[in-house]
Amino acid sequence: MDTRNGCPVIEFHLDARSGVSPYQQIVQQVRQALRLGLLHEGDQLPTVKEAVERLAVNPNTVLKAYKELEHAGLVAARPGIGTFVTRTLSDASLAAHGPLRQELGRWLAKARRAGLDDESIEALFRDVFRSSAAEGVA
Amino acid sequence: MTAVVAADGLGKQYGRRWALADCTLRIPPGRVVGLVGPNGAGKTTLLRLAVGLLRPTAGTIEVLGRAPGDDAGQLGRIGFVAQDTPLYPALPVADHLRLGGWLNPRWDDEMARRRIAQVGLDPRQRAGKLSGGQRAQLALTLAMAKRPELLILDEPVASLDPLARREFLQLLMSIVAEAELSVVLSSHLVGDLERVCDYLVVMAASRVQVAGEVDQLLAAHRRLAGPRRDPRTLPAGQEVIEESHTDVQSTLVVRCGGPVLDPAWTVEELSLEDLVLAYMSRAREQGPADGKLSVLR
Amino acid sequence: MIRLTWRQFRAQATVAFGALAVIAVLLAITGPQLVHLYDISIIPCQARGDCSAAATALASRDSVLQGLGIVLVIVPGVIGVFWGAPLLARELESGTYQLAWTQSVPRRRWLAVKLGLVGLASVALAGLLSLMVTWWSSPLDRVNADPFTLFDERGVVPLGYAAFAFALGVTAGLLLRRTLAAMAVTLVVFAVVRVAVTLWVRPRLLTPRHIVSGLGQSPGLGTPSPPQPGDWVISDATETAAGRVIGQNGGISYGSGRYGILFGPQGNGRVALQGVGTCPNQFPAQAGAPGGRPSAAFQRAAQECIARLGVRQVLTYQPTSHYWPMQWYELAIFTALALVLTGFCFLWLRRRFA
Repeated sequence: MDTRNGCPVIEFHLDARSGVSPYQQIVQQVRQALRLGLLHEGDQLPTVKEAVERLAVNPNTVLKAYKELEHAGLVAARPGIGTFVTRTLSDASLAAHGPLRQELGRWLAKARRAGLDDESIEALFRDVFRSSAAEGVA
Repeated sequence: MTAVVAADGLGKQYGRRWALADCTLRIPPGRVVGLVGPNGAGKTTLLRLAVGLLRPTAGTIEVLGRAPGDDAGQLGRIGFVAQDTPLYPALPVADHLRLGGWLNPRWDDEMARRRIAQVGLDPRQRAGKLSGGQRAQLALTLAMAKRPELLILDEPVASLDPLARREFLQLLMSIVAEAELSVVLSSHLVGDLERVCDYLVVMAASRVQVAGEVDQLLAAHRRLAGPRRDPRTLPAGQEVIEESHTDVQSTLVVRCGGPVLDPAWTVEELSLEDLVLAYMSRAREQGPADGKLSVLR
Repeated sequence: MIRLTWRQFRAQATVAFGALAVIAVLLAITGPQLVHLYDISIIPCQARGDCSAAATALASRDSVLQGLGIVLVIVPGVIGVFWGAPLLARELESGTYQLAWTQSVPRRRWLAVKLGLVGLASVALAGLLSLMVTWWSSPLDRVNADPFTLFDERGVVPLGYAAFAFALGVTAGLLLRRTLAAMAVTLVVFAVVRVAVTLWVRPRLLTPRHIVSGLGQSPGLGTPSPPQPGDWVISDATETAAGRVIGQNGGISYGSGRYGILFGPQGNGRVALQGVGTCPNQFPAQAGAPGGRPSAAFQRAAQECIARLGVRQVLTYQPTSHYWPMQWYELAIFTALALVLTGFCFLWLRRRFA
């Protein structure tokens, strides 16, 4: 089933100033990797020991994050061996990523040519994102 | 589940000053406990009482179920690193490990050597010539290679540069991941504690200000911002920890039992650092501890 | 704990016992020569009874090595300052006691092993040095007229001094918790105690002998046990009948350096013994030839006056037969002091540090 050589595929990092708790950052990074197709079924997540040694974070934090991912059905723990991906989040929409990336790149180039700096671009994106999400809910 | 540290009305007096007063704590086992507070808050006093280097003036303390005593059994279950990581300057690293083996029946020499090699220490280097970060790592290795049930570390990273701090915490966390032990770690820097601790004790003015599991504390405190208001008009379940007012606006840090429903407030979650700062500024307002009931003026 | 104490102590021990070994070699080489010299020069002259020249010649040999006696006097102080004072003070000052007391060794055991190992080494060092010096010096000591002057640097007392100095240093270190201060205090207190014991306690370790004789006579002449050469004369006091001390060494002190036995006319036909009182007896009209010796009649009157006023010479001394008992008593005193200080250290440790 797992044809890779058993080394963990992704590495975690923690942003101390993001305002998001460490365990949530780990959950988000795993979900992100699953969505972007960086992690496939059968890939092994970093062991608790590896994550802890790299991040200097409480082992319970990593355990809690893995437990939540397991609860969501995304990973499964095999005692004594490690934690492995059981399901990805990328499915069909992954195919659309390529063209979407290109479009986004063109839009960004346009925005820069119009004179927007990075902050304005981000603010503009967030604003549109939020209002379209609100419309979606309504 | 017996508490790993249980204190009841614990106090220590020097002359007329109470370095620690009225300390009551129940620290559950298996946690990494952060003991936070400004210098002079009583953190070192509490830790030295826990290890048996000091005797209480008032109250009691039990560690791992027994009063801190001067017997081999109790001493062997607790690993301690004192402030400024005291080591013998003339003895090389390898001799410090030998010292550990001579003085501790449950010494794990193989693990100690492995850890020393892992952090890159030269066994022949004298301890006096090590950098601050290397001393901290050697002291930590000495404390944990005797397989204690509890590790007590007094400001181990206070004088270290950020890289050394990170490396020390990496070593400490991998030790916690490997063995089942409790850690009590004191510091006056909150930033590192946020990723490492799951239980918090805030000390200021010789007293414990607040103690509890980190997630529960974060869930129970909120910052409220809104139009100017007298804090005494808040509903009963909300205790104001810190308040600041402008002419038109009030910002409060409150401890609340349940959700805050008043629409006038903007409710935000707090970071651990903000929580600690709120309790420390409250302590500063209340004044120093004198061991007696304070008189309201 | 023994291994740790040895590891911390081994540099100092190596230096000290290495030096001791060098001294041993030197003494072993030169010792037999002294014995040989004694055999060929002193023993024959003792039969003849005129050994003073040979004795002087012998005593001037190897004067540098004789200086080892002085070394033996200061070694206990050095031990107290360099082995005793830093033993606890350094750990307390640098904070390493926090490391030592949180291993699996109780504090009492920690202290007991440190005191025991280094204390034993201290006593052994002083003892071995004293043994070697006493052995090497025995030919010289046999011709020495004053064995009591070398009391501090022979025999068994150096062991007591070393034990006391060590215990004193450890106690100072425990109380002061600063190495340099403890070293200074140890040196001063040790010196004061040694001097005090030598001046005020040693003369009374055994009851000294007293000889009372009339002023001006040869002390002890005619008494059953006069002081011999080699006895330690502690004091030779001139006393009035009431017991008041008015002079030393067969004379009367008159202040501002004046000293002697002076008689002077009193103007009413009587003569007074200066510093004592009026002579009850009559004196001849003429003292004697001017500027010369007093006449025989005058001397007889003077003797009678002294006898009737009750002025006497009191000689206090320790005979050489008391030498070794005094050594053991002084050893006992210093050992007892060392034990008291050691006990105090244990009590202090228990009280002050939980």
